[in-house]
Amino acid sequence: MNRLNQLFKNTSKPILSIYYTAGYPALESTLDIAEKLEQAGADFIEIGFPYSDPLADGPVIQNSSQKALENGMTLHVLFEQLKDLRKRVTIPVLLMGYVNPVLQFGVENFCKACAEAGVDGVIVPDLPMYEYEEMYKDYFIDNNLTNIFLVTPQTSEERIRKIDGLSNGFIYLLSSNSTTGKSTGISGDSETYFSRIQSMNLENPTMIGFGISDSTSFNKAAQYTRGAIVGSAFVKFLDTENALNQIPQFISEIRG
Amino acid sequence: MKYQVNEKGYYGDFGGAYIPEMLYPNIEHLRQQYLEIMQERQFQKEFQQLLKDYVGRPSPLFFAERLSEKYGTTIYLKREDLNHTGAHKINNTVGQILLAERLGKKRIIAETGAGQHGVATATVCALKGLECVVYMGEVDIERQAPNVARMKMMGAKVIPATSGSKTLKDATNEAMRDWINNPVDTHYIIGSVVGPHPYPDMVARFQSVISEETRKQLKEKTGSETPDHVLACVGGGSNAMGMFYHFLDDVDVNLIAIEAAGKGVESGESAATTLLGKEGVLHGSRSILMQTADGQVVEPYSISAGLDYPGIGPQHAHLFKVKRAKYVSITDDEAMQAGLLCARLEGIIPAIESAHAFAYLEKMKFSGNETVVICLSGRGDKDLDTYMRYFDL
Ligand SMILES: Cc1ncc(COP(=O)(O)O)c(C=O)c1O
Repeated sequence: MNRLNQLFKNTSKPILSIYYTAGYPALESTLDIAEKLEQAGADFIEIGFPYSDPLADGPVIQNSSQKALENGMTLHVLFEQLKDLRKRVTIPVLLMGYVNPVLQFGVENFCKACAEAGVDGVIVPDLPMYEYEEMYKDYFIDNNLTNIFLVTPQTSEERIRKIDGLSNGFIYLLSSNSTTGKSTGISGDSETYFSRIQSMNLENPTMIGFGISDSTSFNKAAQYTRGAIVGSAFVKFLDTENALNQIPQFISEIRG
Repeated sequence: MKYQVNEKGYYGDFGGAYIPEMLYPNIEHLRQQYLEIMQERQFQKEFQQLLKDYVGRPSPLFFAERLSEKYGTTIYLKREDLNHTGAHKINNTVGQILLAERLGKKRIIAETGAGQHGVATATVCALKGLECVVYMGEVDIERQAPNVARMKMMGAKVIPATSGSKTLKDATNEAMRDWINNPVDTHYIIGSVVGPHPYPDMVARFQSVISEETRKQLKEKTGSETPDHVLACVGGGSNAMGMFYHFLDDVDVNLIAIEAAGKGVESGESAATTLLGKEGVLHGSRSILMQTADGQVVEPYSISAGLDYPGIGPQHAHLFKVKRAKYVSITDDEAMQAGLLCARLEGIIPAIESAHAFAYLEKMKFSGNETVVICLSGRGDKDLDTYMRYFDL
């Protein structure tokens, strides 16, 4: 059982996860932000590794990815930085990014590097279930890594069951079918879909992401699932002056 | 058959559908339906009718006498430049618009580089009365102004892609983002044999009319259905795939795909994907693409907007890897000279994309009377500005 499973097992309050892009705003900010987030009370974090063509992302994360690449971030640099991860951070950490950098790094090498760094799981939205199952699953299991799948309002029940069977951490529910940072808030339609998922009694816990930007949306999400993930709103916040020192305020405002 | 897609969506090591879950329902729906719809009698009837009466097919196979004389061989041009809207792109958009109607879609999106695919999409949307949104890189909007005007005149909305290199790959990203955000009413008409399965196969099938006709026309003109060499330029690879399609199993036919070398393969400003690229995933399929060691996509360059793409379709990657087709490259300068030569010798101004294919004639050695077919994928009207500036006309 890794840190992530333990978190879901031992926590009763709504779980808050924060996404941000490695190497943004500065190349060296990756671990500083992680440390501050833990101190401020985030339950786990998702560190994005940047890609030149992030087609599931809206302008905010596109921009942070581009800046991070300009700053010199690569997967090799990131794993170098993460050598100190477990000296500074105890909460679960996931890496999130697109499949091509992982393929170039080598999927097996990538999984090993994650395990060595103390990373608990991975989210690769454009790695299809079929390829994961046929070619890569064993590397994940051998390295005690959780692979997180996404579910949208359009995902069929049959497919959700299949995803549930392949998951061993949590299932990432998208509040709407959209790119990141597109929608804000949770609509009535989304609530109907969250209830539908809730009544499926899945094996895995669920978290809601996309469109979570304030305490209203966070707490609404937590009514239907174990908690929520804030991405674009946090990345946008990082662009404000003195952001690093304001992280505690950001987190407490989200929790409301 | 061994060069075609398998039931999992792969051509050997290439293909698949590397897409986020947000696109899965649309792609899956398309995958389940496309073959069935394309085989319906009514669909075929309507498709063939439009190809004939609207596109103007069959496109002629023209014996290029003076080019033949110059190169000492027999050269035929497959005249896709004579199609309505001036390029091969419309074969695919006519097919996909009929498919979109049957899928119940009300809104069409597309990406475009040279603007030919955007125009071909705007055209069929006007024909069918469907809303049309075309994404086009900011750089391309500038260098292909006449096509932007044509799209607008036919009622399409042209949205500039301002991220990355501001060319075709970025326009493709924007189109995919649009589709993610509009999953129910929208169909994405991809303009080449790229993207997640089933797009590469679907687009290749719609474009395969090029080689289907060529075989018949060759038989009439030469007594043989097969030529010795088939040449086509490759951006994403749709005109080449259409031109190769019905010759794939005739192993005696030399298939030659011509990529854009830009300012030279080693210059850092190039789009010669098979030479400069490595295996990876771009726009939803595993193929060959130009990228850094870290897997970041490298911004390509070519004087021709339609070839300015860092990848090639997965079927091309397969044909390259198993060596069924030969992949070569031609620089900007070579292509421009070939375009001028074609204009002077045949009275045909080719699109700069197509001119890349003509330029390869210079590098071939012919013994006796071999038959060559070149896919003249489009006409040069859209490129007059570039030709004028280049040759100081
Ligand atoms: C005339 C012409 N030829 C070739 C291409 C390249 O596309 P493809 O490789 O898909 O045929 C384009 C693209 O815009 C084009 O307009």
